[in-house]
Parts: sequence; structure tokens; C-alpha cells
Amino acid sequence: MEIRLEGLTKIFTDKNGKETVAVDDLSITIPSGKLIGLLGPSGCGKSTTLFMIAGLHKPSGGKIFFGDDDVTRLAPEKRGIGLVFQNYALYPHMTVRQNIMFPLENINIKREEALELVKEMAKLVGIEDQLDKKPAQLSGGQQQRVAIARALVKKPRVLLLDEPLSNLDARLRLQTREEIKRIQRETGITTIFVTHDQEEAMSISDQMVVLDFGVEQQMDAPQDMYNKPKNLFVAKFLGNPPINVLEGKVKDGNIIVGKDTVIGKTKAKDGSYTIGIRPEDFKADENGIKVDTIDVEHIGRDTMIRFMMGETQVRALVDSDSVEGKEEIALSVKTHKVHLFDKENGQVVL
Amino acid sequence: MMKSLKLWLSEATWKFRNFTRRYTGRITTFFEKRRLGFMIHWPGWLKAIFYLLPALLLLGVFTFFPIFNSFFISFLEGYNIQTGEFDDYTLIGNYRYIILEATGFRQAVINTALIVAITVPATILISLFIAVALASVKPLKGFFQTVFFLPYITNTIAIGLVFAYMFSGNANTIGTTLGLANQILGWFGVDPIIWLGAGNAAEGIRGATYWTAMSVILIYTIWNGLAFKIIVFLSGIQGIDKQYYQAAQIDGASKSKALRRITVPLISPMIFYILVTSVIGGFKTYTSVVAIINPEGLISYGADGTINLKTIVFYVYDFIGMAGTNGMMSFASAAAIILFVIILFFTIIQLQVGKRRVHY
Repeated sequence: MEIRLEGLTKIFTDKNGKETVAVDDLSITIPSGKLIGLLGPSGCGKSTTLFMIAGLHKPSGGKIFFGDDDVTRLAPEKRGIGLVFQNYALYPHMTVRQNIMFPLENINIKREEALELVKEMAKLVGIEDQLDKKPAQLSGGQQQRVAIARALVKKPRVLLLDEPLSNLDARLRLQTREEIKRIQRETGITTIFVTHDQEEAMSISDQMVVLDFGVEQQMDAPQDMYNKPKNLFVAKFLGNPPINVLEGKVKDGNIIVGKDTVIGKTKAKDGSYTIGIRPEDFKADENGIKVDTIDVEHIGRDTMIRFMMGETQVRALVDSDSVEGKEEIALSVKTHKVHLFDKENGQVVL
Repeated sequence: MMKSLKLWLSEATWKFRNFTRRYTGRITTFFEKRRLGFMIHWPGWLKAIFYLLPALLLLGVFTFFPIFNSFFISFLEGYNIQTGEFDDYTLIGNYRYIILEATGFRQAVINTALIVAITVPATILISLFIAVALASVKPLKGFFQTVFFLPYITNTIAIGLVFAYMFSGNANTIGTTLGLANQILGWFGVDPIIWLGAGNAAEGIRGATYWTAMSVILIYTIWNGLAFKIIVFLSGIQGIDKQYYQAAQIDGASKSKALRRITVPLISPMIFYILVTSVIGGFKTYTSVVAIINPEGLISYGADGTINLKTIVFYVYDFIGMAGTNGMMSFASAAAIILFVIILFFTIIQLQVGKRRVHY
């Protein structure tokens, strides 16, 4: 089921009449059968967008289409969606079986059939031996699976996940995100999930949408977005350790940082730019720039070097072998990986 | 002006806090220096008893002793409350008398059972619906909450008298003065009903029937019980995570289904608490009958003779009123113990059911 958002806008008005634009004129098309990550910092409107798609929030403007159906004014239960809440919202007084069966109680279906469906869903998410327990007796990861099973049991057209992994510990998070990916592949259901964790989004989504202050920044496949950020915000938001941001200029096709350190060539026009270099885009090079290191950390395969470049502290992540035992470190930059951003609006140049 | 007042207030609070802190600190040091911390080396259980002593003393004198004493008195024959003398012991004599021989006990049990059986479910259901409604209204919420809570803080006798007035009109005055209830009925073309009034034997006019009088008591009891229950249910409902309702909405559950399957189970501990306490309260009904009917609990020359609306507690008090006569106190005690056993029985049943039905 393809989901189309057209100029979707949500404005919250507080008691004093002050308006906050949570989602601002969002127009995106989410392809059918894909796993889409809605990514952004806290308060960027990603959950609001999700709840509008779910129908729990009414949009202030714009339209939502599921395929060709305009669902903007449709009640949530009529949209054919499954929603997994951040804290799962499992009914604490019901057993796992009753929880998963609850959506089926509200549609016309025979009891035996419903029980069969519940079993099927439980098997899909891997909790078939926990059906008679109460949610409180389950671990966080298991509760999460129950929530997904409950969302899927009605065979919705769209699965929505609101920060599905934020309540899990680091290891379980890794496991669960693979699980979500598997379930999505097996069911082929269009899935939208909201997260503030870029790594999480990059690892499981087919496509990502980055939002900031309710405005769409970029929509792309994760790796494309990482390699070709459209603006400084996206570049800064993706990647860990974060991208190095420097002030610099271009003169006669040379990219210059600080006073006179030439780090590469470009076709951009002369002028001042904001320059972004990912830490891993440095490499050890004897002919490169000799750097005053502040700190060198060997982290297994990689070595993190912190040094000053002009006025700015910069991190470089290089192969441990290439700098091992050297007293003086010289680095160069993979020229084609340098990102130039407009100083005024942060948009990428070239 | 307001601002400086606020500032001054917050400063004053702070100063007061510092002041009290300083002095409580000094008092502690004073005790420590004078070695007045005499309990420091006591074992834990002794300390516990020491701290509980004031409460235990009061409870012992005014609660535990009377309970055991009335139990004891119920086994005495010809007990004189002034001298404390009695003729003999009897195991079941007083109970036998109360249940089989004395007049009015059976009627008292029937009256009480009716009040419990009708008012408890009715108040719980009505207050639950009002609480749900209150939880979902936004404007004037505080106003409604106050209105519904008013009966709780108003004197039972006062309200009872107002009720009696609302349902007033007796056999002599029925044509001339009408209470509010009869006036409202009059708008719908219903003839005035003698709700509570006594008949007039001299003129041969009959008074209220059993059911008209009982229904006033029932209406009063239901209404009077609402306030506290609404507050308890409302606080329970407001403590439920809104996400359950969002989830239920997405799952396609209707409002009434969400109420049945989510709200009620999630506040079941409160409902259970209310059930147990209101069953006990219902069995102990007394004041409302006094206020609405009269201090005798009888309506003379009613539709079919004298109408008896005494409850079990009423019955007990009747015997206590006659305590000057030897043996009456024992009957009162026996009746009280029977009431105790009835309440105990129902409470145990409820606790057993509650184990399976209540979700904590």
C-alpha cells in the first residue's frame, strides 16, 4: 500500500493561543511494501506525523492517501493500520493471547479462526510459548513482539511503529531491529517507523526521511543519504562519530581550511563555504598535512585521531595499521568525499 | 502588587522552614546531650509497640474491648448493666430468642438486605457512569466535581430531613401541601403519592405503603453514596494511561467496549474496595432511616397497618434503649453479633471472588 502525504501540516495551539507548527507542509510518497524510517531529533514532528497517518491526530492541513483512498478524514479503526506504541500500551489485565486477540474481537470473525490467527501471529513474532502470560511477566523484548503481533493480527495495510526500540537495552535493540526487519520482509507490509537514532534507522530502513522542525530535509536510501546529504543538518545528523564541520574557502579550485591548508580540489566557485568531512574520509598519507594531535585513541581496527585544523578540533578515523608506531602523523582527505555547504542556508554545493 | 505578595509569601515560607529546621535540630541535640534518647537501645519490636501505644490504648478501650465484651454479654442471661450481675450463662439462648421469638428481627433483616441488594449495585453503576462522564468533559469539570462531592461533606441528618421534606405530604395534608416529588409527578398528571406520611386512624385515612417509604430510603441511600464513589472512580480513571484508549481505538473497539474491557478492569481494585465498603456500610444503615422516617422507624396506620422500616442496627439500638431492663443488653449484643457474622460472611465471599476478578 503506497502512502502519499500531500502538504501535511499540524499546528498545535496551547492554552495561551500560542501556535506551534509541529509538521510543516510535508509532502512525501512512501512506496508500497517498504520499510521507511522517519528520523529526526526530539520534537521534530516525526511522532506527530505518524499519529496523523494513524488517525489519532487530526491534520491542520493537507491530505493523506493510502493508495488511491483519501483517508484524511477517516477514523483510525477504519484505516486498516496497526500501530505499535513507544511503551507498547499492552493491556496489563489481559493475557498475551487476549491482547493479540483484542483487535479481532471487534470484527466479524469466528472464535476458532481468531484463535488460529493469534497462534499464527505469535509464531511469526516468536512468542508462541508465552501466550498465557500477562504482559508484566514478559521481558521488554517479548512485550515488544506482543505489541507487533497485536498490530499485525488484523492484517493491516500499514504498520506504524513509534520509537519501537527506545525502551530496550542495547543488545536487545540490535536483536529486535533485525526481528522487525525480518517480520516486515515476511509479511511484505508497508511499514513506517519513527526513531531519533540514526544508526537504527540506517540499519533497517529501505528509505529514510529526515525531519527537522516539521520540515522534510531529505528522503533517500540510507547509504545515499549518508554519502550525499542535501544539507548541513542531514550531514550533521547522520554518522557517528559526527561529521567535522569547518569554516573554509575555495580559491582557484582549491579547498582551503584555516589560513592556507589546502585539503583538496573542487569545481565550486571561489568563495567562503562551510566544509564537512566525515572522520573516516581522512587517510594516513605521508605526503599529506602534518597534524598536531591532541589525542590518539586506538580502538581495535580503527584509530581515532583528534587534532586542530585551523581553529577547529577535528576527528579523524583511520586504519590502525597505517598510523601504528608513527611519531608524526600526516593525513590527507579523500577529495571527492569533501562536502561543501552554502554558508547562508546550509544547502550542499556540488 | 500580586507579584510582590507572592514573593513575600515564598520568602516567608522559606524563612519559616529554616526556622523550624533550626529548632528541631536543636531539640534533637538537646535530647542527645541530656541522654534523653532513652529508646535508642531498645529492640525494634519494643520501639514499635511504644510508638503504637497511644493508638493501641484508644483502640483497645473503644474498639477491641467493646467487641469482645458484647460477644461475652451475648452469652449471659438476665444481665444487669448497672451492677454487672447476671443469672446464668447460655450458649445460644439469646440468639434463639432474637431469631425465633423476638418480633421484628426478621423484618429488620429483610429491610437491611433490601437496602444492600438494591443500593450497592445501583450506586456503583451510577457513580461509575458519572465518573466516566466527568473524566471526559473538559469545561466546568471542577464545578461538576464539586457538585457531586457536596453530599459527602454535608450532614446526613440534614440531607435526610431535606429528603423527607421533598417527599412530604401525609394523609391529612396531601391535598394542600405537596413536596417537590409530588409536584414533579403532578406535572405528568400523576396523583400525589403519600411517600412517608402516617395515616390518620381517627378519620380512617391510610398513610404511606411499605414500598413508597422504602423507595425514598433507597433513593436517598443511592444518592448519598454517589459522592465518595465518584471521587474514587474518577481518580482511578484519570490514572489510566491514555495510550490504552488510543490502542483500543486503533484496534476498532467502540467506546462502550473500551469502558467494559479497559476502564473497568483497570480500576477493578477501586471498584472492589468500594464494593466491600459499601456492602458493609449498607448493612449498617441507620441514620438515614431516622432522618427520613422518624426516630421510631415506624409509620403508624400505613396502607397495611404499622409499617416497620427498622434496619438491623436500628433493632440493636432499640434493645440498647431498653437496656435498663435486665437481659436486654444481651439481646442487643446477640443481634449485633449476628450482624457481624452476616457482614463477615459477605466480606469473605467478596474477598474470594475478588481474588479471581480483580486485576492489581
